[in-house]
Amino acid sequence: MKYVLMFAETEEFATRLEAMDELEREAAYEAVMRWFAENSGKITHHAHLAPAHTATTVRLDGGEPVVTDGPFVEGKEVVSGYAEVEVADLDEALKLARSWPACPVVEIRPIA
Amino acid sequence: MSGPDGGRGSREALARVVREHAGRLAACLVSLLGDFSAAEDLVQDAVETALRRWPVEGVPDRPDAWLLTVARRRGLDVLRRETNYRAKLAQLRWPEPGKGDDRLRLIFTCCHPALSPEARIALTLRVVCGLSTAQIAAAFVVPETTVAQRITRAKRKIAVAGVPYRIPAADELPERLGAVLAVVYLLFNEGYLSSTGDRAEARDLADDAEWLAALLAGLMPGEPEVAGLLALIRLHRARGAARFDSHGRLVPLAEQDRTLWDHAAIAEATAALTRAARAHRRPGPYQLQAAIVACHAEAAGFEQTDWAQILVLYDMLLAVAPSPVTRLHRAVALRYVKGPAAALAELTGLEETLSRYPLLHATRAELLRALGDTSQARISDERALGLTANPAQQALLHQRLDPAHGDVRCG
Repeated sequence: MKYVLMFAETEEFATRLEAMDELEREAAYEAVMRWFAENSGKITHHAHLAPAHTATTVRLDGGEPVVTDGPFVEGKEVVSGYAEVEVADLDEALKLARSWPACPVVEIRPIA
Repeated sequence: MSGPDGGRGSREALARVVREHAGRLAACLVSLLGDFSAAEDLVQDAVETALRRWPVEGVPDRPDAWLLTVARRRGLDVLRRETNYRAKLAQLRWPEPGKGDDRLRLIFTCCHPALSPEARIALTLRVVCGLSTAQIAAAFVVPETTVAQRITRAKRKIAVAGVPYRIPAADELPERLGAVLAVVYLLFNEGYLSSTGDRAEARDLADDAEWLAALLAGLMPGEPEVAGLLALIRLHRARGAARFDSHGRLVPLAEQDRTLWDHAAIAEATAALTRAARAHRRPGPYQLQAAIVACHAEAAGFEQTDWAQILVLYDMLLAVAPSPVTRLHRAVALRYVKGPAAALAELTGLEETLSRYPLLHATRAELLRALGDTSQARISDERALGLTANPAQQALLHQRLDPAHGDVRCG
């Protein structure tokens, strides 16, 4: 089955990342690279997104499309990247999500 | 077997027969069809047909074969377009030769943490215990449509999100087993501890919980916590006859007539608990809670309770499963070891987290009364009364607030 793991950051996590020194940040990135390398057989596609303040939202539910600055939901948790994975079932996807070494929230969605 | 009289006893007997077979049939059909939702629909349909027809026609000699036949016929009918399913159903032999009990896989799927807690309970009752949606709704006093929606949503999630139908791998097992045991324990609490005796029409969920725990214990003999939960349930139930007086009022532990307890069942459950604990040496929250209940159950009278031992067990329990409610219960044990003042001091640290918990205030009232502070005790009793919705607890508190009866213990 195919799933998308959506990685979400929290303000707290961003602050912590900000406060890291060069070496710590390098180690954090390395852990992420290692995770992708170790699971490369299951990951079919992945991307890191630019920060939420670069988002632009288009609303089509009114008459004319309305373009606004920012993400479509303002919240404490912001999607910062995703990985599409191909695994046997939800348990295997959960196992991948559990071992994710970076941002603190992962949402798992099956691809319809 | 049972005739067409349709009284409560025969209804329960009927439910028991269904329970013995529905889960097995569901497990078999899920394996066969590879489709949890479709298989479950067929079993539920067969169960409902049985509940309708057996009270009139009597229980058939081979209830399992009867249920299978109904489920298969229905399957061949509704799955008309699924030629693949039809071919599989047509070949089904019953009972499946050489196949073990698949119900464990069924239980782990129903109690998957990706499902909401309410859905886990409803699914387990329906799929593993063979309850109808109406029976579940009656047991939880919620509308039938609510239960039906929960089940539909959960089944859709199982299918779409790919919730697996298998026993978890060893590295996931402790956590996943914890989720299963939590469902069984919750069912038990719903049926036993919060039962007030006025829902005679509702199915006894404590019975289903004990049955599930026994099933799990049989299927997972290497897990001491399963044995612990079964012992815990049996130890509670062995004292069931003394919990309510002839007017249906809750009788506090200290005043229960211990001759009404089932001492053979208590001895048996305690022995099973001891065996599991000795064989595995892996104490966990259910074994420890069962050990505490065993201490109470084995005491000849309230005054002979081994409170020092109970206090040790509570400390162990808090080490493996810290919880404010457990700390409250420990404070009650402390009262009988170190006195009411020491126990009251323990409660001070819990007041914030448990401010909405009636038992905190009721316990506080008892301790204050023991220390001679009746006016403060009344205030605490009144707070407890304002917080509980349980009629049996309410009756007890009213009795205590009535100046004629000053010293009735809660719990």
